[in-house]
Amino acid sequence: MRLERRAHVPLGLVVAAPVAAIVAALALAAGLIAAAGVNPLTAYGEMLRGALGSRLAITEMLTRATPLILTGLAAAVAFRARLWNIGGEGQFYMGALITAWAGHSLGLPGPLGIAVLMVLGMAAGAVMLAGPAFLRLRFGVDEVVTTLLLNFIVILFVGLMIEGPLRDPLAFGWPSSVPVDGDYRLPDLVPRTRLHIGLLFAIAAAGAVWLVLARTVFGAEARAAGFNPRAASFAGISLPRTLMGVALLSGGLAGLAGAVEVMGVTASVTTTMSPGFGYAGIVVAMLAALHPAGVVAAAVFVATVFVGADAMSRATGVPSFIADVIVALSLLTMLVALLFTTYRVRQ
Amino acid sequence: MTAVLELTGITKRFGALTANDDVSLSLAQGEILALLGENGAGKTTLMNILFGHYAADAGDVRVFGQTLPPGRPRAAIEAGVGMVHQHFTLAANLSVLDNVMLGSERLVRLRSGRSAARAKLLDISDRFGLPVDPDARISRLSVGERQRVEILKALYRDARILILDEPTAVLARPEAERLFATLREMTQEGLSLIFISHKLHEVMAASDRVAVLRGGKMVAERRTAETSANELAELMVGRSVVRPKREAHAIGAPVVVASGVSVAGKLDDISFAVHEGEILGIVGVSGNGQAALGALVSGLGGPTAGTLRLGDGDMGSLSARALIDAGAARIPEDRHAEGVVGELPVWENAVLERLRSKAFSRGGFVRRGAARAHAAGLIDRFDIRGAVPDTRTGLLSGGNMQKLILGRNLASSPRFILANQPTRGLDEGAIAAVHAELLAARAAGAAILLISEELEEAVGLADRIQAIVKGRLSRPVVAEDADARRLGLMMAGMWESTDAA
Repeated sequence: MRLERRAHVPLGLVVAAPVAAIVAALALAAGLIAAAGVNPLTAYGEMLRGALGSRLAITEMLTRATPLILTGLAAAVAFRARLWNIGGEGQFYMGALITAWAGHSLGLPGPLGIAVLMVLGMAAGAVMLAGPAFLRLRFGVDEVVTTLLLNFIVILFVGLMIEGPLRDPLAFGWPSSVPVDGDYRLPDLVPRTRLHIGLLFAIAAAGAVWLVLARTVFGAEARAAGFNPRAASFAGISLPRTLMGVALLSGGLAGLAGAVEVMGVTASVTTTMSPGFGYAGIVVAMLAALHPAGVVAAAVFVATVFVGADAMSRATGVPSFIADVIVALSLLTMLVALLFTTYRVRQ
Repeated sequence: MTAVLELTGITKRFGALTANDDVSLSLAQGEILALLGENGAGKTTLMNILFGHYAADAGDVRVFGQTLPPGRPRAAIEAGVGMVHQHFTLAANLSVLDNVMLGSERLVRLRSGRSAARAKLLDISDRFGLPVDPDARISRLSVGERQRVEILKALYRDARILILDEPTAVLARPEAERLFATLREMTQEGLSLIFISHKLHEVMAASDRVAVLRGGKMVAERRTAETSANELAELMVGRSVVRPKREAHAIGAPVVVASGVSVAGKLDDISFAVHEGEILGIVGVSGNGQAALGALVSGLGGPTAGTLRLGDGDMGSLSARALIDAGAARIPEDRHAEGVVGELPVWENAVLERLRSKAFSRGGFVRRGAARAHAAGLIDRFDIRGAVPDTRTGLLSGGNMQKLILGRNLASSPRFILANQPTRGLDEGAIAAVHAELLAARAAGAAILLISEELEEAVGLADRIQAIVKGRLSRPVVAEDADARRLGLMMAGMWESTDAA
């Protein structure tokens, strides 16, 4: 058996790959569910009902998908340019932290304040990735290591801030930041649910990212620089500028996810506010084959697994950690599926 | 003579493409067989089938009378077939001995057989006249020495049939001549050899017999002594190809002038001038500063001393982009690594250097229609075969990729052109096309700096020639005065004495 590169990848295959990967991941996880003594079909039925079975369930799922779209876009933008941003989690938290801090004391009217807070959140995330990008450009430091390790530093820093300067005196000793001003809470998209208009911002961001990557000079240069930096550089494209632009965009998107989550859902920052949105964003981006439209769909899938797994856990007793297993497995199966879309297997 | 190797009726298809069509071939004991063909004729596919990298759709391979199971490289190795790939497969951070042993030892064993392996390696090295230091690190060896290690690696595995895929592609002329002398001696030790090539002169010089492949079919077999380079060229291309000739014409004002230029550690006080309508050839053995000179006039770095001028302006301080805007065209040495982004479509590569120009972008957005139309024009004008604007560039053959790079550069009527090894690895038909384009640009008044390791090319194209040796440039000689002996001395760094003579 050997692999040969396909001259042309048909669109059908591009769409089929993530679907096949998800089916394979669910089949593999079924073994674990069966080992926990539950019929996998029952469990998956509960999972679907829990995520999509009612109006409330759907809004919960979409609420969960909102930050995933943004962190997924962050990973997709970076990976396309071969900038391995594993620091989405840290950028998310920095965006959240600065939003909570500024949103508590900002003296601006509502809509303007929201816009300013979103920009601040993006800036915080962008700065978090600009550092590792600079180190890579200047000294060749591997950004996988720096961005990954920064996540832990950021979470400890958030812990420090919410135990100290940003501590909410009304939280009864619970480590939580001061909440953002009521004016800066994002309006509900569906009344009496947690779903907020951040979802629309996320979808708009996906459209904007697509436009930038597929249609602008910057997008074309970033792609060229990602695939073949030497040729891009020879053609007169400035690698430092391009890579830094990508870093600012990617970090900014992850920071925006944090800002939107604070303004839309949690109001304040805690060290447990993210169930791994930054890391799950990597899975979302890979399932989407780094395409912005695919990111939206993949984020919905991952959110369905996360929200559905809680319901399944309540109904069947299978631990909800199965959600992490399914998401992690789907990353692995997607990598295999990508191999088969790029290459053809021959005897 | 007995046949040590026989291929019968080999057919291999890749999708719609038939890479090998009913090819039969035999190799006699102690023979050197040249497998000649243009790029894409199916030479490498055939050898990969023989070695078991590919499984043929039809036909079989017999080595010393035994039929090999298809698709099993290990079976080929065990039967005594060794392959030396065009692109070396050595671990640069390991020693020669480690590389030779790698893969031939069992994974689980208590002691490494290093001392036995060393003795065997030294014995082979001595017997076949391939001197080597077993403890040298690969990364410190020259390209020629690395190739020697590849050959030793095959011999260490007791190869009695050796296949060399384009063995001279990476070698300078003297190294190549040495290689062929060594190969000749090896046949006296009982080895049989096949080497793949598209270079006529080396096929004529080094082989006993020639098999010519064209379009996947075996079109002819000749005894080398009974054929000529002209006949082989026609058999290989299927028609007669003549490289275009340079015609004398008046040259104009200087365009690019270097005076006393140095780049720390790479170029030492070089001076040259390229004029309008002139091709200045820089010849030399690979690794003597050509890469640094190429980078310097490509805008990838400035001089550390001296001045480099383009027209009236300073050239040394220009970035690649500024240089392009100033009317310079650059054909890089390595088209895959520097020339194109293989994953991107042809149209994006066609405009990659000028994405930010008004012609191809507006308000930060790419004018895709204009860019595609431009690419379609290049495909048409420069005869880039097998391409439409949306073809992935990596799928193009070397010659067509080079035509795309030429087209991208020449379409804007540049006043200065750097052509760095413009025909390396190309077949005769493509070489003729590239030469014709460069001569047309010369006729149109462009100043062309040609860096080449192929003497025929430099003599055929250039008006004047300078040699580069250890980062220094000889004084120019007019092409008409540049006979092979004089150029040979220049490339050996002995220009002072020839000037005095």
